[in-house]
Amino acid sequence: MATEASAKSSDFIKNLGKMYGTYTGGFIAFILLLALMEQMGVPNKILGYLFVFFTLAVYAIIGVMTRTAEVSEYYVAGRRVPAFYNGMATGADWMSAASFVGMAGTLFLLGYDGLAWVLGWTGGFVLVSILIGPYLRKFGAYTVPDFLSFRYGGNFARALGVIVLVCCSFTYVTAQIYGTGLIASRFLGMQFELAVFAGLVGILLCAMLGGMRAVTWTQIAQYVVLIIAYLTPIVILSTKKYGIPIPELTYGQAIAEITAREQQMLATGLATVANLKPHIQPFINYSPLNFFAIIMCMMVGTASLPHILMRYFTTPSVREARQSVAWSLLFIFLLYFSAPAYAAFSKLEVYTNIIGRDLTSIRPWLFNWGELGLIQICGKNAANIDAIVAACKAIAGHPGVVRLQDFVINTDVIVLSTPEIAGLPYVISGLVAAGGLAAALSTADGLLLAIANALSHDVYYKMIDPNAPTMRRLTVARALLVVVAVIAAATAATKPADILAMVGWAFSLAMAGNFPALVMGVWWKRTTATGAICGIIAGFGLCLFYLVTTRYFPGAGVAYFGMTSLTNPLTGLPLVDIAKAMALPNAMESFPTLAHPMANKVGWFDLNNIACGLLGTPLGFAVIYIVSLLGKEPSREMQAYVDDIRKPRGRTVLEERTT
Amino acid sequence: MPDSASMKEREEAHWAKTSRLMFTHLGVWFFFGFVIHMFVVPLNKITIPILNFPLGFYMAAQGSLIVFVVMLFLFAKQQDKIDREYGFAEED
Repeated sequence: MATEASAKSSDFIKNLGKMYGTYTGGFIAFILLLALMEQMGVPNKILGYLFVFFTLAVYAIIGVMTRTAEVSEYYVAGRRVPAFYNGMATGADWMSAASFVGMAGTLFLLGYDGLAWVLGWTGGFVLVSILIGPYLRKFGAYTVPDFLSFRYGGNFARALGVIVLVCCSFTYVTAQIYGTGLIASRFLGMQFELAVFAGLVGILLCAMLGGMRAVTWTQIAQYVVLIIAYLTPIVILSTKKYGIPIPELTYGQAIAEITAREQQMLATGLATVANLKPHIQPFINYSPLNFFAIIMCMMVGTASLPHILMRYFTTPSVREARQSVAWSLLFIFLLYFSAPAYAAFSKLEVYTNIIGRDLTSIRPWLFNWGELGLIQICGKNAANIDAIVAACKAIAGHPGVVRLQDFVINTDVIVLSTPEIAGLPYVISGLVAAGGLAAALSTADGLLLAIANALSHDVYYKMIDPNAPTMRRLTVARALLVVVAVIAAATAATKPADILAMVGWAFSLAMAGNFPALVMGVWWKRTTATGAICGIIAGFGLCLFYLVTTRYFPGAGVAYFGMTSLTNPLTGLPLVDIAKAMALPNAMESFPTLAHPMANKVGWFDLNNIACGLLGTPLGFAVIYIVSLLGKEPSREMQAYVDDIRKPRGRTVLEERTT
Repeated sequence: MPDSASMKEREEAHWAKTSRLMFTHLGVWFFFGFVIHMFVVPLNKITIPILNFPLGFYMAAQGSLIVFVVMLFLFAKQQDKIDREYGFAEED
């Protein structure tokens, strides 16, 4: 029976190319069919629903078909996912709603400085491959805390690992569910709260029955949708504008045009030196320190995030784990090196066809977004021409053409509006919505699984009931998955204020909590359990302290911990007048909202709190090093295990009981 | 036990070589992740012919990313070669 099952599964692996090839072809045929329906007069709203429901149905079918009752299938997809496909799944796991919808918008707003995020969210995979990933694969863990527990003497280290994991993954998954709600409500006109719970059902259908195995095969399907959706509008736009279907090459021309237009706008008074941020000029939004600090934290954070590391537990071999990291980055690169093209084309459109235009001849694509409050002109939602004209008339001395300072755009609009800017039919907009949903759902699946697995495998099975039979372990795993998902969705439905910032924090927290202990555990045999535990507590603690103080208790930070105001990178002046803010009656109170005048604006060394990992990680390394040297050398056995982890050949160090 | 001694030696030599490879790649990573972007202002004065990109901007938007992708494929190959050399590679 076992051989029959493995023969069946090797057939399955062999046919992967054919299956996903057919699937991709089918998806393209589906887009063409919808395009045809649009020509025949089917209303946009129905097309939008068809897109979303068709793709959700496919994910759900894959999720149900790949259900499993085996522990190793549930936790690590049976360790048979080939490098190429695991790379694709990691790509979808990695690229979130923020990457798909938000990245291009950030680049639009910040210009060169926004590239800190592009660099930070790609370069980390180098660290995954050379420092951590393949070694954890050889170790044979189901979860990251598994490794911490084995290497650092048991359940205390495991519990710390679980705490770090939940801290950085939970806010992150909440942001993804929030993202699904936003996209569905915008494109389908669903109520936000309803859309959140619809997204929740989609996520659960994929992940619940089959665990890692189901999530892997749906993530591959989701990658195909999201990459087609991301590249199609921009490729068409580039072909229309410059005659070459490779936007990544042609947007250099757009940047040159933007730079020329910026000079022109300054010369004609459409923009002022104070409000124009030249697209290619570095370090006007972030100081050099914060620019490089963000790159460092995002990169090292990548190599420490449990939901990414656990993807490399699923490959058949250590060799394939390494290849798989390379494939992952290639698939991620396809999206990230296109995002600046979106930003450049959008900016050129705004600078040439909106700014400087007579109010009455403004391009109509923006009214749809203005209606939703995502584009404002002269301080009012740009819902139609009359609204704009009325709003601008109300401003004394307004010249009757849109100036740069009159125009405000929500960053999410950049990607979502590109099909309309390019004059493409609605079907492409629907495709982009489906892509955004795929990005949000796939990341949510991965994160949810990381949290639920840590709770079911590490907390329940390893710490509470080590004798639990397989059936009960899987039941608990599924129940916890549902519970975590519902809590995350309920949190998302309240639209918490800090949700998007928290995704950035997750990287710093993961970096400070996990990176030193994981790297030292593999690369320095002398690392002791006490050293690692102290290091995790010190590094993670300092990072968390810096975040919480600067964000929620800035008054205490100034009064007791010597924090000072961050400075404006352009002028070098403080962001807040500390003396004045401290004199306010509420200076020492904490605020869960952004109402506090000093929230996020104080700190040490002028370091932005999103980069708090830069404080915690060096401390973590130092503490591990010093405390380890003070203690007794780890046992010979443990050192032999570390040697084993370093050699790809042979059995995994940890052998899980799977039946 | 000559066998275990030679095993120990092989392990150490393998790890020395692996560490060297790690530091080389870490150096390249650091250069393209950080060092080169410190020179963005002078680099932006150079424009890539035909494509029209300012070089400093291009390196952050594409150049470094391409280097990362290429070095990961290269690393997988090189590390595998080291593992094979010392007989620690998995069977194909």
